Amino acid sequence: MQLDDLYRRVIMDHYKNPRNRGTMDNEAVTINLNNPTCGDRIQLQLQVEEGVVKDARFTGEGCSISMSSASMMTEAVKGKTFGEAQAMAEKFSALMKGEPAEFEEYEEIEALSGVNKFPARIKCATLAWNALRKGIEQQQ
Amino acid sequence: MNIQAIKEQFPILQQEVNGHPLVYLDSAASSQKPRSVIDAISRYYETDHSNVHRGVHTLGSRATEAYEGAREKVASFLNAAHPEEIVFTRGTTTALNLVASSYARSVCKEGDEIVITPMEHHSNLIPWQQAAKATGATLKYIPLQPDGSLSLADVEKTITPNTKVVSVTYVSNVLGVVNPIKEITAIAHRNGAVMVVDGAQSTAHLKIDVQDLDCDFYAFSGHKMCGPTGIGALYGKKSLLEKMEPIEYGGEMIDFVDLYESTWKDVPYRFEGGTPIIAGAVGLGAAIDFLQQIGLDEIDKHERRLAAYAYDKLTAMDGITVYGPSSNRVGLVTFNLGDIHPHDVATVLDSEGVAVRAGHHCCQPLMRWLNVSATARASFYLYNTEEDIDRLADALLKTKEFFGHAIG
Ligand SMILES: Cc1ncc(COP(=O)(O)O)c(C=O)c1O
Repeated sequence: MQLDDLYRRVIMDHYKNPRNRGTMDNEAVTINLNNPTCGDRIQLQLQVEEGVVKDARFTGEGCSISMSSASMMTEAVKGKTFGEAQAMAEKFSALMKGEPAEFEEYEEIEALSGVNKFPARIKCATLAWNALRKGIEQQQ
Repeated sequence: MNIQAIKEQFPILQQEVNGHPLVYLDSAASSQKPRSVIDAISRYYETDHSNVHRGVHTLGSRATEAYEGAREKVASFLNAAHPEEIVFTRGTTTALNLVASSYARSVCKEGDEIVITPMEHHSNLIPWQQAAKATGATLKYIPLQPDGSLSLADVEKTITPNTKVVSVTYVSNVLGVVNPIKEITAIAHRNGAVMVVDGAQSTAHLKIDVQDLDCDFYAFSGHKMCGPTGIGALYGKKSLLEKMEPIEYGGEMIDFVDLYESTWKDVPYRFEGGTPIIAGAVGLGAAIDFLQQIGLDEIDKHERRLAAYAYDKLTAMDGITVYGPSSNRVGLVTFNLGDIHPHDVATVLDSEGVAVRAGHHCCQPLMRWLNVSATARASFYLYNTEEDIDRLADALLKTKEFFGHAIG
């Protein structure tokens, strides 16, 4: 079991210096999601204009994996259409299954590929992405 | 008590996990099973299995004898006055739901009170929340002391003549605190309320005597005391059980069935609709034999020593917060390591072969009371040693080091 596979430098950097952490007040789409088995929770806010995610912010509490995943996800979806964001969420699921997936839009996400070897932590990594999916569904 | 000899009876503990000998410190979630329990279950399936209470043939009698024999073992293990006071259930959760759905819902009405504590496991909280909602009764909480224990003065203040049910855990699965159940029971009775005990964390570790405690109901799970999953029991005073309606209807629990009306079997059978988990009961019986051979007093002593050792060892480490009172604790230590999230702690410990639990431990209100979103928990049982706790401490140092580099 290689811990370094899981805790890559980029991940710890996002954990320590989360991007887009905070809230918005301008008519943002707000999704609250928690992981009832472990108590992690996230609030994701999306500012949406004509089917495009203009801005994304999050707050919440959780482990390094869930919080860094949220930080990266919000970076990645900014400026993306719903379709593009959804495709990225699909790709992220593939990554968690250990399938090869490249994120040309935002390569740092690939650092989370190691989570796949730690099945107990997959739920942590997918929390923010599930919030994203839910937010998009709400809008459609 | 020869721990090494005991440990050898647990096949699952003889393995390496992630390249290290396994240190299993998650027995509060579910304990491991000794060879004798595993064998009793296979022997039952190999030679005696059949359905119970109806076979006219030899296997039918053997299975019935095995199942009812297990009931007698449970009754004597808890020192119940009669085997009929033992209702087999899936575990603590089902047992508590049975009391909340059958007893509490028929007894409580608007203006009545149900009293619990903020340290309850969700299994001893939500059934009462729901019963209160369904009946209009008020759900009241006995407040916790700053260290997480209960004070009898607060118990006295919270329970009133309007209280119909008091339900409290004997041992907290987060704080490790042993609650003064006998005293709380006396206060409940003085106010005319029945006393329900969540014994999920106590039955494996303390000698239980329901007559001495004088509680009215007592719930526990087999899997936390060396037995299989899917089996547990509700102890209930016969006079109370006899007043209760079944909550599950079907085969095995009936006396006479007509097209529009039916009658029920006597207790405890009226609460055991359907084919029961016979092998589970057999396994639970074998677990009781195993524990009694070692002696609950011995187990209790060993675990208090381990808990104290772990408490001292962990509180002495830099940057660790340990939750719960410093004394009168059994079987576990709950902690956080600086601001490293407990999931991250548990993952690093796992990489060292040390299995602990991380999360809210099905106690969200208690987590809120502690002002944390989650904690890590190391829980011990009769097969754990001081050495296991040293391994935990070493792994915690590694965790700190690892995250010191990764974060710092
Ligand atoms: C205090 C307490 N109550 C109830 C339960 C629920 O037991 P079960 O899941 O076996 O029904 C547990 C198990 O973790 C517990 O620790």
